[in-house]
Amino acid sequence: MAGKQLDDGIVSGRLNTKALDENFSDLHPLLDNHEALVASDRCYFCYDAPCVTACPTDIDIPMFIRQISTGNTIGAAKTIFDQNILGGMCARVCPTETLCEQACVRELAEGKPVKIGQLQRFATDEAMDQGKQFYERAKESGKKIAVVGSGPAGLACAHRLAMHGHSVTVFETRKKAGGLNEYGIAAYKTVDDFAKKEVNYIASIGGIEFVHGKKFGSDIALKGLKSEFDAVFLGIGLSSVNDLNLSEKDPEGLDDAVDFIAKLRQAKNKTKLPIGRKVVVIGGGMTAVDCAVQAKLLGAEEVTICYRRGQDQMNASLFEQDLAAAKGVTIRHWLQPVKIKSSKGKVTGIHFEYTQLQSGKLVRTGKKLKLEADQIFSAIGQKLTESDIGSDKNIKLSGGRIMIDDEGKTSQKGVWAGGDCTDRGEDLTVTAVAQGRDAAESIHRSLSSGKAK
Amino acid sequence: MADIRNNFVGIKSPNPFWLASAPPTDKAYNVERAFKAGWGGVVWKTLGEAGPPVVNVNGPRYGAIWGADRRLLGLNNIELITDRDLQTNLREIKQVKKNWPDRAMIVSIMVPCEEASWKAILPLVEETGADGIELNFGCPHGMSERGMGAAVGQVPEYIEMVSRWCKATTRMPVIVKLTPNITDIRYPARAAKTGGADAVSLINTISSIISVDLDNFSPEPSIDGKGSHGGYCGPAVKPIALNMVAEIARDAETRGMPISGIGGITTWRDAAEFLALGAGNVQVCTAAMTYGFKIVEEMAAGLSNWMDEKGHKTLDDVISRAVPNVTDWQYLNLNYIAKAKINQDSCIQCGRCHIACEDTSHQAITNMLDDKRHFEVIEEECVGCNLCVNVCPVQDCITMEPLSAGVLDKRTGKKVLKKYSNWTEHPNNPSKVAAE
Ligand SMILES: Cc1cc2nc3c(=O)[nH]c(=O)nc-3n(C[C@H](O)[C@H](O)[C@H](O)COP(=O)(O)OP(=O)(O)OC[C@H]3O[C@@H](n4cnc5c(N)ncnc54)[C@H](O)[C@@H]3O)c2cc1C
Ligand SMILES: Cc1cc2nc3c(=O)[nH]c(=O)nc-3n(C[C@H](O)[C@H](O)[C@H](O)COP(=O)(O)O)c2cc1C
Ligand code: SF4
Ligand code: SF4
Ligand code: SF4
Repeated sequence: MAGKQLDDGIVSGRLNTKALDENFSDLHPLLDNHEALVASDRCYFCYDAPCVTACPTDIDIPMFIRQISTGNTIGAAKTIFDQNILGGMCARVCPTETLCEQACVRELAEGKPVKIGQLQRFATDEAMDQGKQFYERAKESGKKIAVVGSGPAGLACAHRLAMHGHSVTVFETRKKAGGLNEYGIAAYKTVDDFAKKEVNYIASIGGIEFVHGKKFGSDIALKGLKSEFDAVFLGIGLSSVNDLNLSEKDPEGLDDAVDFIAKLRQAKNKTKLPIGRKVVVIGGGMTAVDCAVQAKLLGAEEVTICYRRGQDQMNASLFEQDLAAAKGVTIRHWLQPVKIKSSKGKVTGIHFEYTQLQSGKLVRTGKKLKLEADQIFSAIGQKLTESDIGSDKNIKLSGGRIMIDDEGKTSQKGVWAGGDCTDRGEDLTVTAVAQGRDAAESIHRSLSSGKAK
Repeated sequence: MADIRNNFVGIKSPNPFWLASAPPTDKAYNVERAFKAGWGGVVWKTLGEAGPPVVNVNGPRYGAIWGADRRLLGLNNIELITDRDLQTNLREIKQVKKNWPDRAMIVSIMVPCEEASWKAILPLVEETGADGIELNFGCPHGMSERGMGAAVGQVPEYIEMVSRWCKATTRMPVIVKLTPNITDIRYPARAAKTGGADAVSLINTISSIISVDLDNFSPEPSIDGKGSHGGYCGPAVKPIALNMVAEIARDAETRGMPISGIGGITTWRDAAEFLALGAGNVQVCTAAMTYGFKIVEEMAAGLSNWMDEKGHKTLDDVISRAVPNVTDWQYLNLNYIAKAKINQDSCIQCGRCHIACEDTSHQAITNMLDDKRHFEVIEEECVGCNLCVNVCPVQDCITMEPLSAGVLDKRTGKKVLKKYSNWTEHPNNPSKVAAE
């Protein structure tokens, strides 16, 4: 066993480069030609296919799969991109087991759905590797649109607007574009800098300018944007995290899962990334699973996810839970954290109280559990704060997120929104793409009829 | 245990599975291996005249079509008859027959359409101790350009003439191998019978171009950028072969003439179907070329297990059993009415039945019921065509249910009649015969 693997505390270099490379390699390697042919042949080309209904971006799945089966891979990619310009990322990160593949009739028939996600990747990778561009911009419309945030929602919106001939300026606080594709998605789902390649692929249509380092709400105000641009789209995601509220001052070793993942995604050299030996992750969603799995892959010896409700309520899909289990992560349920234990300012453990459901309400049972830990990650959800939208009272919120209608319009005239920051967001990349695209169409319709402002 | 020993025009073999004349039977080496594997007989690869043998192309001679997992569905070839010296072949035939006296040894022959040529080769073949000969009137490529093979098989008069020459010259049973590259297979079969042949075998390969290379626009297999038509065989040709066998089996003039069934036979089930339609035994080429000789084990065991299960004791209990049920369209019972029925428990809701019926047939399957995805046959519209059954990916999910006599056919609003009635007596038939 490598030298540092069993060291206590939060240390880097638990595993060597070779082991880390192996651990963080592609979760689902690209299908080869023959595999794709066999997989595509399993599709029944269903009528009014249930998989399409289940896809938030309505990709014509039977059509693109049929195109793959006839050797028209590039045509298949176009079918995908027509509906979802981030089809490449979605192919990697969509929890297909709860979306298209769950709806696939072959899932119903034999529990083995058509490999829609992997086939989608097969087609889109081929087109992107060839640098195949399918879309040309329409004639310059003379209209200018501000897109705030360059996550999946912002990118999908910007691309569709550019296609329609509008000029788009994307404002992004972070150094790189891509949103959580770049900073959030688990490393083994998007290897080889794919998020960046995808941003470049999307932007190469032209007519999209990126302005980095400007924060909406503080550096730029909605009012200014509205006067300078013909329309505004907000795709700012959820940039604040929920607080555990367990200690006045956070001891060393109590960390935020999203920050940890972002650091990991940006790390040039993973041997330099410190990780605890005994790690506890609090939460039950995709972020909790991604955090736990990646902690384990970095070399943590014991990783435990503690969730305050039961397995059925976990937001992470069964596939994600199985993945965590396969990587050696323990998932425990019905545990509410009550106290972080620390010594000399460093985390040493955590106390939980067992919970249960009593007539639909989650209550504590009084029974306790103590776990030793040298690192604790909080993954209990992200949120939008007032400051994120510049305390603009004209934008109505609903449930702490921006309220939008079917087309993505906010309560403020001339302002659209989409993705995680809205009340219709689902914390899914693909939903953000759908909403960004649909908002772009709505903006285009408004601008074409001269009614945006 | 069912007895699957075969007696075909007096030629005995331990089972009805022969290897057809083709590469698997071109050499002693192959045939020895085939007999070891259990094949009942072989038809030796077609021999030509004495003298310099034919030459084959030196590039690819096969092309194929496949299912998605590379399952070979159809094979195409541009190979000629044996390209080995006549004497070598004869010597090997003799030796192998000596080694395997209980197996059928048939020799396929193709020489020019002149009596002298046939008279010259037959004694040589007879001398090997072979059990019979097969006249190759079927090869559709190469040899036909030289006035042999299919060029003879397409002219019934030639078939009759050559059959007669052979029967007059040799003691051996004469099997005439027919080409399917003809409009009505009954004519060459009748000619063989008139000429005195003991049996026919069919089908040889079907003239075909298997594919075109879309980069260099050459037909495939491509020989230096050019291709020529070849002969098509394998699973894809079975339906064509079955029909031709049945046509001969039920033709008034050829009924009862022994038939060796060939074409796409891959499993015991295929073989049983050929037997049922009138074949006295079967020959196999592509399946052996795809999987090797061992498949005969499955064929023999499968056939015998099925016969046991059904209580058929010998092959004679199976042969020709389906022939009386092959009829002309005009005699089909128009009062037989069936409707499709979908078993909702096994339906996986793919919608293929709906779209097939909706777009291309009779608009007889729903896709929605109370706003929910639901596929159900609308009896008022269903004509019972069976298309939905054929496109449904789930076996036995859609069944065709016959309506019993007296039941209302909701499509026509009439009650189903018990009486058999066919087109010849139908009121819409301009030339109907008066029903008695
Ligand atoms: C750890 C983790 C793992 C996930 N894994 C998956 C997965 O496997 N599959 C899946 O489908 N979904 C996953 N998700 C969810 C998915 O990433 C999001 O639903 C999706 O990225 C939302 O897209 P978005 O464009 O709305 O927001 P984001 O991707 O969050 O993008 C918002 C962008 O706006 C920028 N921004 C924010 N505020 C401002 C501001 N004030 N001014 C300017 N710019 C601003 C941000 O920097 C960011 O670039 C995961 C999420 C997390 C956190
Ligand atoms: C490569 C090849 C060569 C063949 N050569 C001959 C031949 O020399 N003589 C002959 O009578 N039939 C020949 N045939 C036809 C086969 O004997 C057989 O009739 C045909 O392949 C159909 O049977 P199958 O579907 O089992 O292959 C040949 C077939 C193939 C594939
Ligand atoms: S549901 Fe499955 S089988 Fe049907 S079209 Fe979609 S992927 Fe193909
Ligand atoms: S049998 Fe033919 S007409 Fe009837 S439902 Fe099926 S496809 Fe339609
Ligand atoms: S084709 Fe078969 S499985 Fe598909 S909807 Fe129709 S009955 Fe159901």
